Amino acid sequence: MALITMREALNQAMREEMRRDPSVFLLGEEVGQYQGAYKITQGLLQEFGEWRVRDTPIAEEAIAGVAVGAAFVGMRPIAEMMTFNFSILALDQIVNHAAKYRYMSGGQIRCPMVMRGPSGAAAQVAAQHSQAFESWFVHVPGLVVVMPSTPKDAKGLLKSAIRDDNPVIFMENEVLYNLKGEVPDEEFTIPIGLGDVKRVGKDVTIVAWSRSTQFALQAADLLAKDGVEAEVVDPRTLRPLDEDVIFESVRKTNRCVVVEEGWRYAGFGAEIADRVQRECFDDLDAPVLRVTAADVPMPYSRMLEKAYLPQPEKVVEAVHEVLYR
Amino acid sequence: MITKVVLAKLSPTMEEGTIVKWSRQEGDAVKVGDVLAEIETDKANMEMEALGAGVLRKVLVPAGGKAPVGALIGVIADPGEDIAPLLAEAATAPVPAPAAASTPAPAPPFPAAPAAPPPLPAPTAAAVTGGRVKASPLARAIAAQKNVPLTSLAGSGPGGRIVKRDVEGYLAAPPAPAFKAAPAGAARPAIPVPSVPPGTAIPLTSMRRTIAKRLAESMYTAPHFYVTAEIDMDAAVSLREQLIRAEDVKVSYNDLVLKACAKALTRFPTVNASWTGETIQTHAEVHLGVAVSLAEGLITPVVRNADRKHVLDISREVKELAARAREKRLKPEEFMGSTFTVSNLGMFDVTEFTAIINPPESCILAVGAVRKVPVVKGDQLAVGHRMKVTLSSDHRVVDGALAAQFLAEVRRLLESPASLLL
Repeated sequence: MALITMREALNQAMREEMRRDPSVFLLGEEVGQYQGAYKITQGLLQEFGEWRVRDTPIAEEAIAGVAVGAAFVGMRPIAEMMTFNFSILALDQIVNHAAKYRYMSGGQIRCPMVMRGPSGAAAQVAAQHSQAFESWFVHVPGLVVVMPSTPKDAKGLLKSAIRDDNPVIFMENEVLYNLKGEVPDEEFTIPIGLGDVKRVGKDVTIVAWSRSTQFALQAADLLAKDGVEAEVVDPRTLRPLDEDVIFESVRKTNRCVVVEEGWRYAGFGAEIADRVQRECFDDLDAPVLRVTAADVPMPYSRMLEKAYLPQPEKVVEAVHEVLYR
Repeated sequence: MITKVVLAKLSPTMEEGTIVKWSRQEGDAVKVGDVLAEIETDKANMEMEALGAGVLRKVLVPAGGKAPVGALIGVIADPGEDIAPLLAEAATAPVPAPAAASTPAPAPPFPAAPAAPPPLPAPTAAAVTGGRVKASPLARAIAAQKNVPLTSLAGSGPGGRIVKRDVEGYLAAPPAPAFKAAPAGAARPAIPVPSVPPGTAIPLTSMRRTIAKRLAESMYTAPHFYVTAEIDMDAAVSLREQLIRAEDVKVSYNDLVLKACAKALTRFPTVNASWTGETIQTHAEVHLGVAVSLAEGLITPVVRNADRKHVLDISREVKELAARAREKRLKPEEFMGSTFTVSNLGMFDVTEFTAIINPPESCILAVGAVRKVPVVKGDQLAVGHRMKVTLSSDHRVVDGALAAQFLAEVRRLLESPASLLL
């Protein structure tokens, strides 16, 4: 086991898969010469050359379109979005092409591509650069959506995503790039569609993914001082969703709080709340509560940014509510 | 948010309460469900919980003070919130009249569904609104599985919602102490005798008022008649000695009587019944009231579903309930909803007596002491153990022959007491 950052873990995953399979290649803005806007692709140009590490114009729809076309003819492209804020320019390529062709061709055409990059809020980059867009992508049948919260999960899942025959939306988080964690030295992958219990507890289930998992774990620490044992469940893959790990936990704790960085309105947490109320109805002692971003564009002010995001304290408050404390 | 702290109706017959103490003081932060105050009702001292979160900004009735049900006794609000208008309003508003101020408190009516005991008011907010019981799905599931009538529970969740902890609290009501026999022949705990100087006008406690009202009402409205039987307790005495010798377990004669009554009641549903005025309502469940004498009166804690409990569990539960009854620590659901009552004065070496029916029940069994008496066995005079029991019955529901048959069944069970251990 090595203690490495999520940035290094992602870099290792791409490097290992590019060594393993010559059809894997990388394209995006600043991924080559500049070594990546967030230095995720550091050293890849030097190792694999400019045929396999391609700098592109600032044109997200073109990046996605090239990736979709290459994937259709058997390549395994990794398309980096500098951030997912700009991925919406590429939505037509993703939603109307990447996600549809396997279905519309009766399985003859596959789209084994990965679109990856940071999503969610960073620090004071304001309304157009702080958005959590997972709820947009999970809505589309045909897409796989992965959102890791630890370096180990990031590496194991990115390797699985590159090998997957479906288009995978792989959403990272800028704030988590420097997060350190233990990552096995030997070759490993983590299957897509498998959730993970990040902390075991018996009193309440907190479901969270990506950066929200950190909020949930911090909340669990605060709650522990108060004698409340929170269980933190990270689905890791939002589509397909590992319902069972969530249901099993809720059946044990009888209470569920979902934490997400996106907006509340039709956010992905609502999907989880819906499934929990349907499948665990008789196990619930309280309504399923959600802790989300505020229903406004992200403000620039540092204080307002803090108020906008789900915070550990807000998670603690919601947990108290479902515990009737 | 401002939350009015209103004196809740903590027992069905409660009209006013005395604030024994405030568990939170002005300025203290409170959470929903925190115990705010201890309230003395006509039955017991009860804890009143906060229905809102914030700061206890104002205490309007200090400890020791009395207030009618529904009166504003305090205010919970956020620290900076303006509560002056509410306080001004409270100062001028007439205190709400207690619902049953001048009429005798009616006995809690039995609901149409025979399975459920009488509905109880929630100690905090009413969980029952418009005929619907508010309960979390989990609380419902546990209640259904464990046969807990939700209507007899008080909800501690928002808006009086019954949640898991309420059902669990109900189930765990008697926290089972390890059952250990007292050494045989241990001295009986002396029952406190209040010493009152002669020639005193004793002020009525609310418990005394309730006893007076309910038992007078019972005696005046239910035509009582009495049937007495003498029971051969030789086998029961021997069984009890065997249990003490072999298992170090001490079961009282009264525990055996309770178990025998519970069993017999399942065979005589019309004895386990209530007069409603229109119908005779038989009850699907057997909940036994056990009269416990207190310095200031008496109370009848309830052993629920006694027919389905082992005699050891009954014994343990009665002991625990009686102990808490003496401390005035019973919750309403622990003294409400019995369907038949047993009153035992055997500890005073009473041969026999009659009891007044505990409404809305139809019968009460008065139990005397087990005494050594000369008996005729074959043609020989011998020493035997005998106990006299007297069944008071409401003749509107139970006729003489039925009372006699029921007593015969109780006698049969006590004379073959091994069946009580099954």
